[in-house]
Amino acid sequence: MLEGYVIIPVAIAYVGVLFAIAYFGDKRADAGRSIIANPYIYALSLGVYATAWTFYGSVGRAASDGVGFLPIYIGPTLMMALWWLVVRKIIRISKTHRITSLADFVSSRYGKSALLAGLVTIIAVVGIVPYIALQLKAISGSYTILATHPDLALGGPRVVAPFAHDTAFWVALLLAIFAILFGTRHLDASERHEGMVAAIAFESIVKLVAFLAVGAFVTYGMYGGMGDLFARAAEHPRLSTLFAPLSGAAGGYANWAWLTLLSMLAILFLPRQFQIAVVENVNEQHIVKAVWLFPLYMLAMNVFVVPIAFGGVLHFQGTGVDPDTFVLTLPMAEKQHALALLVFVGGLSAATGMVIVETIALSTMVCNDLVMPVLLRMRATRFGGRRDLSGLLLGIRRGAIVGIVLLGYLYFRLAGEAYALVAIGLISFAAVAQFAPAVIGGLYWKGATKAGAFSGLAAGFAVWLYTLLLPSFAKSGWLPASFVTEGPLGFAVLNPYALFGLGGLNDITHAMLWSMLFNIGAYVLVSVVTTQGAAEQAQASRFVDVYRHASSQPDVHAWKGTATVPDLTALLAQFVGAERAQAALAQFARRRGYPDADELPADAALVQFVETALAGAIGGASARIMVASVVKEDALSVDEVMAMLDEASQRIAYSHELEQKSRELMAATAELRAANARLRELDRMKDDFVSTVTHELRTPLTSIRAFSEILHDNPALAVEERQRFLSIVIQESERLTRLINQVLDLAKLESGRAEWQASDVDMRAVVEDSVTAAGQLFTAKDVALDVSVPARVPAVRGDRDRLVQVLINLLSNAAKFVEAGTGRVGVSVTSDAREVSVRVRDNGPGIAAADQHVIFEKFRQAGDTLTEKPQGTGLGLPISRQIVEHLGGRLWVESTPGHGATFAFALPVAPQEK
Amino acid sequence: MRPASGPDQRLVALFALGVALFNFPLLALFDRAATAFGIPVLYVYIFCVWALLIALLAIVIERPR
Repeated sequence: MLEGYVIIPVAIAYVGVLFAIAYFGDKRADAGRSIIANPYIYALSLGVYATAWTFYGSVGRAASDGVGFLPIYIGPTLMMALWWLVVRKIIRISKTHRITSLADFVSSRYGKSALLAGLVTIIAVVGIVPYIALQLKAISGSYTILATHPDLALGGPRVVAPFAHDTAFWVALLLAIFAILFGTRHLDASERHEGMVAAIAFESIVKLVAFLAVGAFVTYGMYGGMGDLFARAAEHPRLSTLFAPLSGAAGGYANWAWLTLLSMLAILFLPRQFQIAVVENVNEQHIVKAVWLFPLYMLAMNVFVVPIAFGGVLHFQGTGVDPDTFVLTLPMAEKQHALALLVFVGGLSAATGMVIVETIALSTMVCNDLVMPVLLRMRATRFGGRRDLSGLLLGIRRGAIVGIVLLGYLYFRLAGEAYALVAIGLISFAAVAQFAPAVIGGLYWKGATKAGAFSGLAAGFAVWLYTLLLPSFAKSGWLPASFVTEGPLGFAVLNPYALFGLGGLNDITHAMLWSMLFNIGAYVLVSVVTTQGAAEQAQASRFVDVYRHASSQPDVHAWKGTATVPDLTALLAQFVGAERAQAALAQFARRRGYPDADELPADAALVQFVETALAGAIGGASARIMVASVVKEDALSVDEVMAMLDEASQRIAYSHELEQKSRELMAATAELRAANARLRELDRMKDDFVSTVTHELRTPLTSIRAFSEILHDNPALAVEERQRFLSIVIQESERLTRLINQVLDLAKLESGRAEWQASDVDMRAVVEDSVTAAGQLFTAKDVALDVSVPARVPAVRGDRDRLVQVLINLLSNAAKFVEAGTGRVGVSVTSDAREVSVRVRDNGPGIAAADQHVIFEKFRQAGDTLTEKPQGTGLGLPISRQIVEHLGGRLWVESTPGHGATFAFALPVAPQEK
Repeated sequence: MRPASGPDQRLVALFALGVALFNFPLLALFDRAATAFGIPVLYVYIFCVWALLIALLAIVIERPR
C-alpha cells in the first residue's frame, strides 16, 4: 500500500501544476500572446472527452464485453469526419452571435426564447450531475485503493467516511475553486478561458501517458506481449468467447450501431465538449488538425484497454477484484508503486478535467439561461438603476459552480455503490443526445420552429427520464424493483425497459430508439404545423445562411425603435463593468469611423452591438430582455416583416422592369439598324440613279459635240452633208431635252410634287388624241395600227394629259419594237362595272419572263443594252406606271417571247358614273 | 461564402465509408474466433480500419486548398 502522506502531496502537487499552467495561460492571454492559439492545443483539449469513466471504466467494460466499449470512441472518430462541415458552421454562428453555451445556441436559433434556454439547461444539469458524481467517485475510489491495497479491492463493502474525512468532498471543493478561479475570473464577452484550456490540454497528455505506461507494463512487463496475452486468454473459458463477442449477443450489432450514434452525438452535445470545441475555439482553421489528431488520440488511448482487461482477468482469477480498478490494482499487485501513482495522477487528470470544464459550461448555462431571465423579470425595475451588475453575474456563476459540484458530491454520497452511478456515463450521453435534433435541424432547416424544438426536446427528455433515469433509481432501490421487472403498477406495456412491448434490446439502445423517435417526431411534426414569429424567422435565416451573411456583421435592418446612447452605455456597464463597456464602445466607434463613443448615433447598429456584447455575458435571451428594457423597441411585427418582403418584391419588380426596358432597347436598336440599312440602300440607289442619269445624258451630248466639231472644222462641207449633220444635232438635242424633262417629271412624281388636274376623263378621247399624236410614228415606219373602242366607255377619274402621256408612251414603245412593214399594233378599250382597261398589243419580239419586272425600273430596258443600241430613255415605263398607280390603277405587261407583247393599264370607273 | 466545394464532399464520403466499415455486415465477417499475428481478427480489423480512416482524414483535410 501507499501511505496517504505520499498520495495526497502528489495529488496536491499535480493540481498545483494545473494552477500554474492555467495562471500562465491567462497571463499570456492578457498580454495578447496566447499559448492556446494553435491547432494542437485545440485537438488535445478535445481530449476532455476521455474522463475517469474512460480511464477506469473502459477496462471494466472490456472485461465483460470485449470490444463492446469501442463504439464510444469510434462514434467520435466518425463525427470528426463531419467536424469541418458541422462544427465549423456552429463555430461561425457562435462567434457571430456571441453564443457562449449550448442552451444559448438553441435558444438563439429559435428566436432567443428564454423558455427553450431554460429547458436545455435543465436537461443538461439533470443529465450531467450524476456524471460529475461518477468522477468524484473515481477519484475517491482510486485514492482508497492506493491507500488500502491489498486489504480493500474496490468491489468490497465500503465504509462511508464522515464529510471531514471524505477525500471526495475535499476534491470536490478543490475542483470548484479551480473552476471558479479560471472559469469566472472576469466577465468576458467571448466567455473564453485560455488558462483553463491550457490546463485541460496538459491533462490530456498526462492521462494518455499514464494509460500508455500501465498498458505497456501489463502487456510487455507482466506478459510476453500481445501474442502471449491473447494466447493465454484463448484458453480461458470466458475470455475466449470475447474474441468474437458481437454475433453471439442478442441485438449485438444493433447495440453496437446505436452506441456509435450515441457517442457521435455526445462528442458534440456534452456541455464540456461544446465549451471546448466551439466556445473556446480560437480559430476555425484549427479544426483541420483536430480532424485527424483527435481520433488518433482516442486510438492511442484504446490500444491497451483490451490487453489490460484480459491481463487483469487472468491475473486476479477468482479473487473478486473489480475490473474497473485493474489499471490501479495490476501495478499495485506487482509492487510497482511509482507506476500506480502515475496511474492515479492520470485518473485524477481525467476526472478533474471533466469536472472543471463541465461545471464552467453548466454554470454559464445556469446563470444566463436559468437564473438571469427569472431575476430580470422579477426585479426588472431594480435593474433600471445604474448599479454595476457584473459582480452579481460573477457571483451567480461562482455559486452555480459550487452548487453543481456539491450536487454531484451529494449524488455520489446518496447513490454510493448503487447501479445509478455505475451506468451513468451512457445515461448522460443519452440525455445530451436529445439536443441533436434541435441543433442539427436548426443548422440546416429554416422551417424548424420554436414550438417544434420545444416539443421535441420535452418529448425526448420525458422518454429519457422514463426509460433510463427512473429505472436506474429502481435498480438502486429508490423505487420498487417491480417498476422495471413488471412495469409500473403491473402494466407490462409501460415497462420502461420494454416500452410498448419492444424487448430484446439493451436499455441504452431501447431508450435511444424511443426517445429519438419521440424527439424527432415531435420536432418535425410540430414544426410543420406551427408558424415562426418574425424574430424567429430572422434568426433561422441568420443561422442557416451564416456563410452567406457577409463577414461577421450581424444584419441590423430587422430592427426599429428608439434608444439613447447613455442608456445603452449604462446597460452594458451594468453587466460587464464600466471600464470594459467603455473600451468596447470606443472600439466599436472607431470601427464605424467616429472619433469616440460619445459621437455614436443611437441607431440599430449600436443597439445590435450592445445586445451582442451583452449576449456574451448573460446569454442571448437575457440580453434581448435587457436591451428591450432601455430601448423603446417596437416589436418587429409580422406586418413589418411583410413590408420588408414587399420591399424585396418591389425590387424584383424593378428588376423585371429593367429587363423589359433593356429588351425594348434591344428591339429599338434592331429597328434602327434595319432603318440604317434601308437608308444606305436608298443612298446607294440614289448614287446609282445619278450615275445612270449622267451616263444617259452624256450619250446625246457626245454625239452633238462630235457633229458640231465636224461642222466647225470642215467649212467646206457639202450642203447636204451639213444639212444631215445638223438634223442629227437637232435630233440629239431633242432627245436630251426629252430625257431631262422625263427625269424632272419622274422626280416630281416620286416626290409627290407633280401637279394634277383631276377631272372625269373619257377614255375614248384619250385614245383618239394619243393615236393622232403617235400616228406619225406608225406611218413613218409603215406599221399598221388598229383601234378598237366601244361606243360607250364609262368615264374615269384622272388627269387627261397625263393619261395621254401614258398611252403615247405605250404606243411609241410598241412602234419602236415591231418590224417595219410587217408590224401590227392594236389598241383596244374594254370596261366593266369597276374598271376601264386599255391594251396596246404588238407583234414584236416579246419580252422574256425574267425581263418583265425589270422593264419597269428606271433606265432599264429589256435585252442586252451593251450590244444593242438603246432605244428610248428607259424612263417611259417607270413614269407611266407612276402615273397610273397615282390614279389608283395598275399597269402591267403580258408577253410570250416570239409572240408579241401586250401592255395594259386599268383605271377604276369614276364614282358618279355608277 | 463558403470556400469553393473544398474537402466537404470527400469528408462526407469518408464518413459514409467509416459507417459502412464499422457496422454489420462487414463487421460480422471478422467476428470469429480466429487470430491474426496472435491477436483476435476482430481487434486487428477494428484497429486497422480505425488507423486507415485517420490516415485518410489527414490526407483529405490537410490537402492544400
